Amino acid sequence: MEILIAVAILGGLGLIFGLVLAAASKVFYVETDPRLEKLNECLPGANCGGCGYAGCGGYAEAVLNGEAEIGKCASGGNECAQAMAAIMGVKAEAVTRKVALVRCSGEKIYDKDGNLTKGAKIKANYEGFKDCMAASKVGGNGPLSCKFGCLGYGSCTKACKYGAIQVVNGVARVDEDLCVGCMACAAVCPRQLIVPVEPNRNVVIACASLAKGAVTTRGCTTGCIGCGLCKKICPQGAITVEQNLARIDYTKCDNCGLCATVCPKKLIKDSKVETLGDPVVQSRNGPAI
Amino acid sequence: MKAILGIIISALLSENFILVKFYGICPFMGVSKKIDTALGMGMAVTFVMALASAACYAINLVLVALNLTYMQTVVFILAIASIVQVVEMFLKKAVPALYKALGVFLPLITTNCAVLGVVLVNVQEGYNFLFSVVNGAAGGLGFTLAIVLFASIRERVNKTDCPECFKGFPIALISAGLLALAFMGFSGLSIF
Repeated sequence: MEILIAVAILGGLGLIFGLVLAAASKVFYVETDPRLEKLNECLPGANCGGCGYAGCGGYAEAVLNGEAEIGKCASGGNECAQAMAAIMGVKAEAVTRKVALVRCSGEKIYDKDGNLTKGAKIKANYEGFKDCMAASKVGGNGPLSCKFGCLGYGSCTKACKYGAIQVVNGVARVDEDLCVGCMACAAVCPRQLIVPVEPNRNVVIACASLAKGAVTTRGCTTGCIGCGLCKKICPQGAITVEQNLARIDYTKCDNCGLCATVCPKKLIKDSKVETLGDPVVQSRNGPAI
Repeated sequence: MKAILGIIISALLSENFILVKFYGICPFMGVSKKIDTALGMGMAVTFVMALASAACYAINLVLVALNLTYMQTVVFILAIASIVQVVEMFLKKAVPALYKALGVFLPLITTNCAVLGVVLVNVQEGYNFLFSVVNGAAGGLGFTLAIVLFASIRERVNKTDCPECFKGFPIALISAGLLALAFMGFSGLSIF
């Protein structure tokens, strides 16, 4: 008998509270746009922050409120943009996939005596906190001779949520298969070396040095000296040299790869010939990483 | 009157739910990064504690009358969960900013042991209705006091040059320990 009372009490209370809650949910009902949930479903849910909003939920809300454009999600790519556009009832332009490119070719290669044979020179041993921003703040533009080059302390590696950037021979390299193009790495690079490019883009200029040719040569064996040979040979007229640095206009470039063959410093990479970031030979124990 | 003042002082300081009894540590660590949200959380918990004390006092009368006191815990949790749900709906409607800031910690008030703790203390001490509600509200204010104090400490600590190995939670836990140590100074405090 007693157990029946107990059950009745608990059940009765549950019923009362349930009714109160049902009433409260009517009284305090907040209308949410059903599209918000659908937008959230389209997004990958990785919360990488590449769109500039706090996570996928934040971006979905911004799109709904008309504050953000569709197609900012690099991770979701074209498919995601089209799905979001369908929900919002607008037309989205095709979004091409982009991946990060580290504009530096200064991989340090040493011979067996520890002499630098290729890459950027180290002018001082940095003994501080292993972080690019910290290293770049050291007097004299950091430990590297080239004041534009990759410091190789891996701040971008830490920023990447997808494990797509590794430092190889003192220069960060992007694994294009893993990269989703969120550009979180670009935000932490104190030298602004990382830019978005289309994946499998055959020719890229992997240098960011704006210094004069002589200065660049003193600091690095593979820095752009602005000689303009690539500009002369380019049949499309896609290459310009500004501030001692060659630049490719990808709206004109047809990927012929001629520039890569003439570059005396071998810093224009042609993916048909070689892949960026192949681990090369041995590196000395001491510097950068 | 004196008795009420005594209850308030003890719930606020000498028997503070967080720093002396170590109830409700989860939101104490989780929502104490900013003073604003800490204050909001404290207010929500205060409201829930006072309301839960009142509701559970009435429920307890029924349970005692029917000789079902062994059901106290489960029934109290049911009541607290419902009250938290109502508070959540209310906040979502009335203060959406606070609702967002509190995030997952709002439904977690349901399982906040400070709330269940205050209700059980009320029953143990045999408080009448007025004393129960006062104890609930003062206990909630004690929670607010502790979490706001702690949030202001954390805000300052975050701006200091703290050794790498202590950054984040380790230093927060140490600060919490020191704050609890300070509150131990109130133990045995009785004005009346």
